[in-house]
Amino acid sequence: MLTYILRRFFFLTFVLFGVSVLLFGILMTFSPERRAAAYVTTPQQAKDIPRIIQQFGLDDPFYVQYVRWIKEVSRGNMGWSLVAARPVGEAFWRYFPITLEMNLYAAPIVIFLGIWLGSVSGIHRDSWIDHSTRIFAIIGWSLPTFLFALVLLMVFYGYFQMFSPGVLSDALAMSIIDHPDQYTAYTGMLTIDGLLNGRLDIALDALHHLVLPILTYVIVVVALNMRVMRSGIIEELSKDYVLTARAKGADRRTIHYRHARRNALLPVVTVAGQLVAMSMEGSIAVEVVYNRQGIGWWLAESATQLDMPVLMCICLFMGVVFVVTNLTIDILYAYIDPRIRLN
Amino acid sequence: MDNTHPRLRELKYTLYRIFRNPSAIIGFTLLVFFIGVAVLAPVLAPPKYAHNPYQMPHKGFSPTPKPPSEKAIFGTTSGQYDIYYGVVWGTRTAFKIGLFVVVISGLFGVGLGAVSGYYGGWLDEALMRVTDIMWAIPTLVLAMAIVVAFGRGLDKVMIALALIQWRWYVRVIRSEILTLRDQDFVQAARVMGVSDFKIIRRHILPNAIYPVLIMASMDMGSMVITASFMSFVGLGSPKGYADWGQMVALARNYIVGPPDDPLRFWYTIAIPGACIILFVLAWNLIGDALRDAFDPKLRRR
Repeated sequence: MLTYILRRFFFLTFVLFGVSVLLFGILMTFSPERRAAAYVTTPQQAKDIPRIIQQFGLDDPFYVQYVRWIKEVSRGNMGWSLVAARPVGEAFWRYFPITLEMNLYAAPIVIFLGIWLGSVSGIHRDSWIDHSTRIFAIIGWSLPTFLFALVLLMVFYGYFQMFSPGVLSDALAMSIIDHPDQYTAYTGMLTIDGLLNGRLDIALDALHHLVLPILTYVIVVVALNMRVMRSGIIEELSKDYVLTARAKGADRRTIHYRHARRNALLPVVTVAGQLVAMSMEGSIAVEVVYNRQGIGWWLAESATQLDMPVLMCICLFMGVVFVVTNLTIDILYAYIDPRIRLN
Repeated sequence: MDNTHPRLRELKYTLYRIFRNPSAIIGFTLLVFFIGVAVLAPVLAPPKYAHNPYQMPHKGFSPTPKPPSEKAIFGTTSGQYDIYYGVVWGTRTAFKIGLFVVVISGLFGVGLGAVSGYYGGWLDEALMRVTDIMWAIPTLVLAMAIVVAFGRGLDKVMIALALIQWRWYVRVIRSEILTLRDQDFVQAARVMGVSDFKIIRRHILPNAIYPVLIMASMDMGSMVITASFMSFVGLGSPKGYADWGQMVALARNYIVGPPDDPLRFWYTIAIPGACIILFVLAWNLIGDALRDAFDPKLRRR
């Protein structure tokens, strides 16, 4: 088991190294002049470009620049963000809690709803409930997140005036700005900070603003989970041990929920990595449309301003998330599936 | 029927299975409709600028959309671009995006995956490590990074997606080939002295291609979604280009109308939006039907 984890760990370090080389390679397709222009803030400084190239060694060979870059990154210096008008590392921690908050609420819903709907439709295969969940899944799969978010906004914000975009109502946001001494941002997540500061109104308002983003996100992402769970259940129910259990007279609930569902959960764990990737992509669209200033919004804004340091920071971050998720999945998988653990 | 070639017979059976499935019928009907619109685009909406038919014509510059009328049957969107024209020519754009990305990444991925899966060795090892690295970043994020490096534009978006998406095909075809490589009929061909190239082409690819087709069908839809989102945030096609995602972007400030009539501008978003959804739905329904038809476990019952 330990060698297994160590081997995975080595592999993941390799992946991270590869990702950083890949990203740096993309950055290096910019000419030295273009990269030097990032340091220029006024038109008068434009004549300094050759000097800047000299000073920062922007025309050195690839590996020299790469090593220099990695050194800076490991010291926490990721460059300057135009959108946030502050260093990338600092800006990251400002935007990250908003995205994390949404994902923390949405993930359990996606996981449990997906497993539940998937097992129901797998157990009652070809019944009306199976057909309707399948249609629901395929429509959810075909809905572009940004479009669905726009339509929800049109109906629930425009027509019913129930929810509004953003993370917090203007009045409450102003009250925080006006009395900075009465509100401490412990985590940056408004629902949690609101409670910690004893401001129930802020927590509830932030939660209210989370309803539409979470709804969008769940409907678009849940289909994957559901589909894997459904085919897992169908496969397990056709196996011999189910036949044995039926023959000895075990009741249906025991067979479905104690035997088949537990085994069908295994493939669901393996797609968790894909689920994380999907939710990262999903947060970009959701945050752009609902104007929530999180990582995804920051990424899209920076991309339109061709702000490469931010893109590299977020790509590296996603690489780390991917790597950590996969390591966790591998260990979890070995833990729940003895066939892997004992090999 | 029995004296036909076995592969033809199998194909007939597959087609029979596909068209027994109602979702396939809906999917193919939608697809035929979209193909018709794309092919007949010059007839349905005669271009105003002959040298650049993808540029949507506009009368005036008023930012406020106008409702459907006799002059513009689907209304005009922000900037007075004709929605009907944009939707018709946008169909061509969607096919262009989907076909370009899927054909290039599919051919590249299948070729690379087939060779490396069949021969194994250091080539396979190196290729797998490269794809491992590429898997670590979600498609949309990596595509954005590449577009930022290359510059904005729909063609750059298409190239970026093709540069990323081949990793799927390598993975799919390779896992198929690893199971086929050591089967008896391949061994027999090898013993008879058939060349490697011919074994891959005649014996392995025909047996391994179905998952690729399913994948390609689903990809046609998902690539159009990704490209339209990139147009929506302003990385893809320029303003006024007949592209569904770009048309949604134009409508973005008009999702909520004046207080007395909040849904006044519904058509600016509903019409191009419906096109994206139906286009993607068509390919997903087809992919789903193919999956059912090719699944060996469900095939003959």
